[in-house]
Amino acid sequence: MTPEGSIMSGHATYQPRNKFMQWLEKRLPIGGLVYSSFVAYPTPRNLNYWWTFGGILTFMLGVQLITGIILAMHYTPQVDMAFNSVESIMRDVNYGWLLRYVHANGASMFFLAAYIHMFRGMYYGSYKEPREVLWILGVILLLLMIATGFMGYVLVWGQMSFWAATVITNLFSAIPGVGDTIVTWLWGGYAVGNPTLNRFFSLHYLLPFVIAGVVVLHVWALHVAGQNNPAGIEPTSDKETVPFTPYATIKDGFMMVVFCILFAWFVFYIPNFLGHADNYIPANPAVTPAEIVPEWYYLPFYAILRSIPNKLLGVIALFSSIAILAFMPWLDTSKVRSARYRPLYRQFFWLFVIAGIGLGWLGSKPPEGIYVIMSRIFTAYYFAFFLIVLPLLGLFEKTKPLPTSISESVLGAKA
Amino acid sequence: MRTKLTILVAVAATLVTAAPALAQIEQVPPPRLKWSFSGPFGVFNEAQLQRGFKIYREVCSNCHSLDLLSFRNLAEPGGPGFTEAQVTQIASEYKIKDLDDKGNPIERPGRPADHFPSPFPNTLVATATYGVAPPDMSTLAKARTYSRGFPWFLIDVVTQYQEQGPDYIAALLKGYKEPPPGFKLPQGGHYNEYFPGHNIAMPPPITDGQVKYDDGSPETLEQYSKDIAAFLYWAAEPHLVQRKRVGFQVIIYLIVLSGLLYFTKKKVWHDLEAPREMAHGQDPSKTAL
Repeated sequence: MTPEGSIMSGHATYQPRNKFMQWLEKRLPIGGLVYSSFVAYPTPRNLNYWWTFGGILTFMLGVQLITGIILAMHYTPQVDMAFNSVESIMRDVNYGWLLRYVHANGASMFFLAAYIHMFRGMYYGSYKEPREVLWILGVILLLLMIATGFMGYVLVWGQMSFWAATVITNLFSAIPGVGDTIVTWLWGGYAVGNPTLNRFFSLHYLLPFVIAGVVVLHVWALHVAGQNNPAGIEPTSDKETVPFTPYATIKDGFMMVVFCILFAWFVFYIPNFLGHADNYIPANPAVTPAEIVPEWYYLPFYAILRSIPNKLLGVIALFSSIAILAFMPWLDTSKVRSARYRPLYRQFFWLFVIAGIGLGWLGSKPPEGIYVIMSRIFTAYYFAFFLIVLPLLGLFEKTKPLPTSISESVLGAKA
Repeated sequence: MRTKLTILVAVAATLVTAAPALAQIEQVPPPRLKWSFSGPFGVFNEAQLQRGFKIYREVCSNCHSLDLLSFRNLAEPGGPGFTEAQVTQIASEYKIKDLDDKGNPIERPGRPADHFPSPFPNTLVATATYGVAPPDMSTLAKARTYSRGFPWFLIDVVTQYQEQGPDYIAALLKGYKEPPPGFKLPQGGHYNEYFPGHNIAMPPPITDGQVKYDDGSPETLEQYSKDIAAFLYWAAEPHLVQRKRVGFQVIIYLIVLSGLLYFTKKKVWHDLEAPREMAHGQDPSKTAL
């Protein structure tokens, strides 16, 4: 199935000229590992710019780790001091406002890049054989990001932090029998309080390193299976791949900087656009905000939760909406990967994107009237896409003829 | 493609028509004002911040604390532009609770490093006095906003509209009115056009001529409301000027760098792209850099 060209050739091609590197290579072949992974690694030559978001995500993880570690040096995880310590970072720490705005907006940019990365994978069928494990690792990364982002938001200890923590932890109370016990255990008490803030801080510091670990597995799995590409067919010869460096490095680097322009726009000009004004009010357990809204990147899932009138079923739907992604490789029965050659799938895919964005918008609206009805329609489509559309399309869809090679897909019939 | 477009239009139309149909608590959008600190090159107007500080000091500070600010902040770059000597003078006019060397509670004159003292010993006293504790004003201008709705919230990304807080505060101060007929105002409440739900605990805090200005600016509620809103925005975002200045430098740098990387990428990929370009009727020698 996989031709020789896309298999990682280990460190065979790495022959250091430097004496020290030769000495080291015999004892720890780290130079060869880096060389084979980031220099010689063959990438399909027809990748488009949607393939640069993996590199952007790695960069964003680095940004979040570095800013986060420095912020933690100035932050106080204690209920009476947390809010003011964040404000002290904003006011008194040298460039603290920059660190904090980069970190807060960085989370949004991280999710934006992750969602684009996932939609790209869905469009071009990157989750299909032999990349199932690669895809599942990605779903695990999304789950870890959701948990990490949520706990980070709580650390600010503003009104929205506190009430988001209360609402989200309360979801577990829907579990029959042991729900309340689990919630008390999560809180470390009988309400969201100092023990909750402390453990959230601890986990918010831990989970990014877990993410980094899973990213290593994700990249490893990628380098074993090789990258998918817009044509959705495997490279047939070495001529259809190019070495990662300089070709992918320069392309990724270019897009990374373009992405940073968007990032900088938010950080420097509209740093509070994506936040909620109520989070500049210190947490107050005695006052419930008029509306409790999560960060934008959770809104689609929040809308799914609220579209279902039963709490337990709503919570099940919420978790299923993420878990179902992991089953995509098997729910999709089509033999063809890329949506380029799947005219019907392409329609359903764009409907899915609209449903996702629509759910995001509805998640920010009060759960009443037309909003609930629309949430239910989009939620129904969200699940139908995975459970009905994907399995059936593979059986009934008339796909376009696949090109015989990547060269043909790029050059047309002339090749 | 046409189906896709039709669906998009249908979805968009549904969203737009459904949006204004519902609102949780009624909030009248405040009028949008012109601020010296809006936009990519926005800076605070020192005279305006000094006037706003005078209002805070003479009016607001009777009930509202400003816990997160120190007197020294008044002399920091990008702020009201008081001199060090002025700040030392201002600080010394405040009484700060402290302990002497033997641990006895004393009141001493303030120093620039002191935080602004709170009008109440604690929030319980404030709550007992007013029924609702007057909120601390340090982050108030970022903690108040109003819903922009679709599609304005998307347009705000491009226009950089971030001044919902000061717009709201300025409108609120001018928003006291007789309640319309049929509006049931609870005991101790005040009708305000712009307050969500219209029933605000704070009585009208300031009226025409209440604060004397030294710089000839009009001593009107209109002017007061703008000056205090500007001061509170500075109090909430004291590094705004530096942020926008650095931001411009960063973005220019990134645009230049992305341009250089784009051409580098073109150069690196040029030979590889030749067969594709020829297949599409282009001459690779003409696409070379």
